[in-house]
Amino acid sequence: MTTSTVTAAAKAPGKAAAPDPARLRRRRRLAQWGFVAPAVVFMLLFFGYPLVRNVVMSFQHYTPKTFFTSEAPFNGTDNWSAVLQDALFGKALWHTLVFTAGSLLGQFCIGLALAVFFSRRFPLNGVLRSLILLPWLVPMVVSGIVWRRILDQDTGVLNTFLGVIGLGGDTPWLTSPDVALLSVILVNIWIGIPFNMVILYGGLQEIPRELYEAASLDGASAWRTFRSVTLPMLRPVITVVLVLGFMSTVKILDLILALTDGGPADATQTLGTLTYQNSFVQLDFGAGAVVGNVLILISAAFAVFYLRANRTDGK
Amino acid sequence: MAAHTPAPAAPRARGRRLGSTVAGLLVLGVMLFPLYWMLNTALQPESGLLQVDPVPGSLDLSGFSKAVSDQGGHLLTSLVVSLGAVAICLAVSAPAAYGLARFGLRGTRTIVFGTLITQMVPGIVIANALYNSYVDLGLVNSYFGLMLADASLGIPFSIVLMRAFMVSVPGEVVEAAQIDGAGPVRTFVRVVLPMSRNALITSGLFAFLFSWSDFMFALTLNTTDDVKPITLGIYQYIGAHVGDWGSVMAASVLSAVPAAILLVLAQKYIAAGITGGSVK
Repeated sequence: MTTSTVTAAAKAPGKAAAPDPARLRRRRRLAQWGFVAPAVVFMLLFFGYPLVRNVVMSFQHYTPKTFFTSEAPFNGTDNWSAVLQDALFGKALWHTLVFTAGSLLGQFCIGLALAVFFSRRFPLNGVLRSLILLPWLVPMVVSGIVWRRILDQDTGVLNTFLGVIGLGGDTPWLTSPDVALLSVILVNIWIGIPFNMVILYGGLQEIPRELYEAASLDGASAWRTFRSVTLPMLRPVITVVLVLGFMSTVKILDLILALTDGGPADATQTLGTLTYQNSFVQLDFGAGAVVGNVLILISAAFAVFYLRANRTDGK
Repeated sequence: MAAHTPAPAAPRARGRRLGSTVAGLLVLGVMLFPLYWMLNTALQPESGLLQVDPVPGSLDLSGFSKAVSDQGGHLLTSLVVSLGAVAICLAVSAPAAYGLARFGLRGTRTIVFGTLITQMVPGIVIANALYNSYVDLGLVNSYFGLMLADASLGIPFSIVLMRAFMVSVPGEVVEAAQIDGAGPVRTFVRVVLPMSRNALITSGLFAFLFSWSDFMFALTLNTTDDVKPITLGIYQYIGAHVGDWGSVMAASVLSAVPAAILLVLAQKYIAAGITGGSVK
């Protein structure tokens, strides 16, 4: 696209004494492409190129020396077999799935409950609803650090609180391999609730009120109305929320780094943090690229699912 | 759903509404508790590693003054980088959104589709490749390099959002401008942009928030301390000052201030952005 634009532009400055229509049209097209081209180039450079480059990198041998010599010889499938055979990869894959599924489930259920709740009319509704957005707007790494303080085993307020109400009070939230992943999921649920709530709330407002009137005339209970009217009408929005949630959750890095740095004993290591560890800590960008490519494959599989769901919903 | 039942006896309805407000306040209290705790801890810097009182006994601002002297520069870096990213983002995506909404170019659908696909590329994958190119291009540890990378967080979102808006700009207005002899650029700048003010503000706001919140590019595209946004600053702060939670929390509060301000001043745009960004 860009090359043809350049050559055409070079021909363009001919004097337009008696412009013929074909040439005018071509010039107009060119001007129009001028609007779109920068964005296309930008996206090719910042999204398209990294995708391709990661595939290539996953077949190259990177070492810390590479940045002085800029030599990264091709090594066939060595990176792939090394990464895929490493037990840590399997663990990270499993953690990623658990983290994503757990986060989505919690965010969605609580978000939906809050969306239904805020669909009632009551004083201060609008103000409360917008203030609830705050956790979602604060930088994720900051939320992570705040929660790290709250979840501290000995001096964190959560354990203090649990101790006061007599529910234990010395859970090692972030320092025990058995609990750390659960803690990270809980914090991510907290972060994701506002996003789910806002979109589902918007979806709820779109449902025609006559349907509820009809349901109440039929004597349907609240639960029955929710199941037979609200949920089916909300389905397209639910799909969007879950898919967008999946895409953003599966790649989360900052929250986990801020809370646990992937530890303890790799208990919160996910594909995202593993990519980071391989590339930017071990400086083995080839291994990092392998994990990154797996992450992309998972996202792509989900994207296909999304597009198919979208197509059927459109009809 | 209670709202949909026809109004019964008035006092009962009023009682229920007040009950809902109380429940809503409780929900808000639980949701915002961590942010309250951040502020509370920031105001008790002396407590160090000890437990923190539920409310600050007296206002101790020493945590804040320490945070400002340690992290103030990083806040400024974040501001500069974010504003730069917003400028790049809007300059690239506004014309594109208009072009994709109006011109009916061949390939429009492919480009819009590609824009949506970018949402699924994990940031760390981008960073992986970008770092290597940045090394070659000399963009590592540079403000401009980070601005470009951060702009990429907002561009697809902005294109989708503004395009959805610009499709609904009436064609007659655009044609009238053209009959008056305005070229496409003039029409865009003088007619379309002013009419799209709300979409531009929403996009700019989100581009700012994305960039302000960015941690990954800050972490991966900088190897020295030359360009250190506040997110990276705080992250390294806890590494070095584990006992000094007061200052860490004060810095966290400062980093959350822009989000809070934007939420209060521009909540209409924020809500529009969250829902608009999802209608894809």
